[in-house]
Amino acid sequence: MLRSRIIPSLLIEDDELVKTVSFKNPKYVGDPINAVRIFNEKNVDELMIYDISVSRNGKDINFDLLRDIALEARMPLCYGGGIKNVSHAQNLISLGFEKISISSAYFLNESIISDISQAIGVQSVVLTLDIRKTSDGYSIFTSNGDLMVFNCLQTFLEKLDQDSIGELVINSIDGDGNYSGFDINLAQLVREYTVTPVTYLGGIGSLEHMKELINEIGTIGIGVGSFFTFHGPFRAVLISYNKPSELLI
Amino acid sequence: MIAIIDYGSGNVHAIKNQLDDINLANSITSKIEEIDNADKLILAGVGHFDFTMKRLKEMNLIDALERNVIEKKKPIIGICVGMQIMGDSSEEGNEPGLGWISGQVKKMEIDRSLKPNLPHMGWNSISSKHKHPLLRGIDMNLGFYFLHSFHFECSNPDNELASFEYNKCFTGAIHKDNIFGVQFHPEKSHINGQKIFINFANL
Repeated sequence: MLRSRIIPSLLIEDDELVKTVSFKNPKYVGDPINAVRIFNEKNVDELMIYDISVSRNGKDINFDLLRDIALEARMPLCYGGGIKNVSHAQNLISLGFEKISISSAYFLNESIISDISQAIGVQSVVLTLDIRKTSDGYSIFTSNGDLMVFNCLQTFLEKLDQDSIGELVINSIDGDGNYSGFDINLAQLVREYTVTPVTYLGGIGSLEHMKELINEIGTIGIGVGSFFTFHGPFRAVLISYNKPSELLI
Repeated sequence: MIAIIDYGSGNVHAIKNQLDDINLANSITSKIEEIDNADKLILAGVGHFDFTMKRLKEMNLIDALERNVIEKKKPIIGICVGMQIMGDSSEEGNEPGLGWISGQVKKMEIDRSLKPNLPHMGWNSISSKHKHPLLRGIDMNLGFYFLHSFHFECSNPDNELASFEYNKCFTGAIHKDNIFGVQFHPEKSHINGQKIFINFANL
């Protein structure tokens, strides 16, 4: 039977690993290649890497760093951050990434999804939505949470052609770095209106949070950032990996 | 020497990493002479069936493959779309496949109410009726990493080496004489994946 996936989520800014809280105040964590090596040893299910330099600092995708990461990685890889065209996507696949994630590019030009799918296959195309709770319910943001691009997530999901994407990543801005657990209402809303694989990212602070999500929603991906990066009340950096016992074989 | 065929489709670097880790002599190559000199071949493949077949043609590799696989009977393993193109054709596109193992590639028909639906994405168990050397030492329950929406349907059930379950039973691996194919990604499946490569090298 297909199992839920527990996926460490790494944020890169200016070639370094960072962590944020509610998408703010990036704090230095360490070297991305080193983190990949550690996660190799822990046989993680997949790895997600987002580069926030492109939207925050106007940089280009750092293909050299991504080449080094892909050469090191023994697990399935997804990359997002600044992908704007088919060529970017093809380059990433040929470097060795299994999946690529689009976010703001979709809201500039919806057809980019089908253009990229035709080149690399639907299974490799991920749509990441950064979500914040607002007076309208749940709204979609880009530009690291600064720009609202769609005010009603439910309406967006109803209109989305789900055959055009391989996976949806729901990135909770409110949960980011907060260890509060993933917003179950948000997860249930998304599950109701989607048929694609979904990965929920933002807020996981314990194994119980992971179990709760899986029990409520079913077979899913769970993105985990801070919980696998920091340890203890003073947030000392310690890369770790853990799964609920039900997922251990 | 295992030749990892480089034709623009498939994660050749990840395959090389696995083979290097277990000290198996290998080379990522698109050169016909190197393919002719290799003992075994690996044909990765990712993305669209048609794109993958067209790349093979553009790189002028089909004759070399036929010569080494069909005439000289060198062991070859196809991965994901690399396995699918070993069939006759695919619903996904218009190009004919290599036709080495008779079968059609079709979109997986999953109960539409099931969530998640397609693609089949993640770690899944496999099972097999055979005690085949390619599967020696594999933790079948742990399984492998899958990422696809299309599956291979063998014309001859004897060509199915392993299956997986996702709403229904689907073919997870195929074989015929010296030709092998796996739907999953051994190059990204940690220890089980490594064992596939070790077993393939020992065939």
